[in-house]
Amino acid sequence: MNTDKLNTNLTNSPIGAPFQPFLAGKERWVRSLTLCVSVFICGFASLSSHAQVPTPQMPLPSPELAKRLKVLESELRCLVCQNETLAESPAGLASDLRREVRSLVEQGKTDAEIKSYLQARYGDFVLYRPPVVTKTYLLWFGPFGLLIVAGLSAWWVTRRRVAMPSTTTRVPETDSQQRARQLLESDDRVVEGNHK
Amino acid sequence: MNAESPVTAAVPVPTAQNRARRVWAYFLPIAFFAVLIWFFYKGLFLNPREVPSPLIGRPVPQFSLAQLHAPQQKFTPTDMKGQVWLLNVWGSWCVACRYEHPFLNELAKQQIVPVIGLNWKDEPSVAKAWLTKYGDPYRLSVSDLDGRVAIDWGVYGAPETFVVDKAGTIRHKLTGPIDAKILNETLLPMIRELKAR
Repeated sequence: MNTDKLNTNLTNSPIGAPFQPFLAGKERWVRSLTLCVSVFICGFASLSSHAQVPTPQMPLPSPELAKRLKVLESELRCLVCQNETLAESPAGLASDLRREVRSLVEQGKTDAEIKSYLQARYGDFVLYRPPVVTKTYLLWFGPFGLLIVAGLSAWWVTRRRVAMPSTTTRVPETDSQQRARQLLESDDRVVEGNHK
Repeated sequence: MNAESPVTAAVPVPTAQNRARRVWAYFLPIAFFAVLIWFFYKGLFLNPREVPSPLIGRPVPQFSLAQLHAPQQKFTPTDMKGQVWLLNVWGSWCVACRYEHPFLNELAKQQIVPVIGLNWKDEPSVAKAWLTKYGDPYRLSVSDLDGRVAIDWGVYGAPETFVVDKAGTIRHKLTGPIDAKILNETLLPMIRELKAR
């Protein structure tokens, strides 16, 4: 966890502003903020103390390697925080997998090989973009199917409307219908008149 | 408005075709809605955390790791050939492991099946202290210090338990803690069946 990032996040926090008037002076405000930040950091520190064995720091990757890793990691899912990619996730497993991906890249493996390496262990779920297999046809083509159905039914409905214009113009008005229409129209006028 | 005005006469007389069409117009959206609700209802009882393992039915991923209580000695899965056994992924940092631990202890006490512990990313001294405190149900534990073996086994959380048959094939994977229900309804029948083979 990056502590600098935490600091700035807290000081820029919009929550900060409304709390300020309740505190006596600026100094007290700063002090309580510092307390908050340190509690936060301690919390995270104690969490990461669970991270058992310290992993040896690897040298920073070269720019092109970093770029490739970034692309690769954003196409792989972290299995702990399931809606995050490997690149985004702060989970311990994600960092292990990032290390694994990096060592595979450094061994000269292609992206496809690395993906199938992880797929063999964690299944298709590890891929952010699901593969096109029988099981996922509905997922991949379902929306297009729905679009076609919607388009066809829209076409069908409009064609019917055009072919068969509204019944009132085609069927001659009966006496009672005419009377009803006249009554309705006169009613309208009365209502409008009342408002004026 | 005059109550006697024959407005209703403006409604076209329903023909058989018209009626059928109207039934469809009502029925289709309701049917569509019912199907949707069925899917949502089903979805309520699915566990998104349970990711099916591609390793089921495959031979166990091989490894050679130092034993927790005897670091100079190695353990490999081939040592268990010819036996039905469980591989249980645990760590002293893992809260849910503490929950399932009594069930593992019971399993060990009844000597139903040997359980090998994969001590995942743990500090060996802390792990040993943890076992002293809560009991050691494992035939032996191995230390996966950097988590590489766990990756080979497709582990993404602790606890996880694998059922391995006599031929060294993974038969089942449990994610999450073992409880009485899982033990009695899934694990024990499966172990019994695999042992009988």
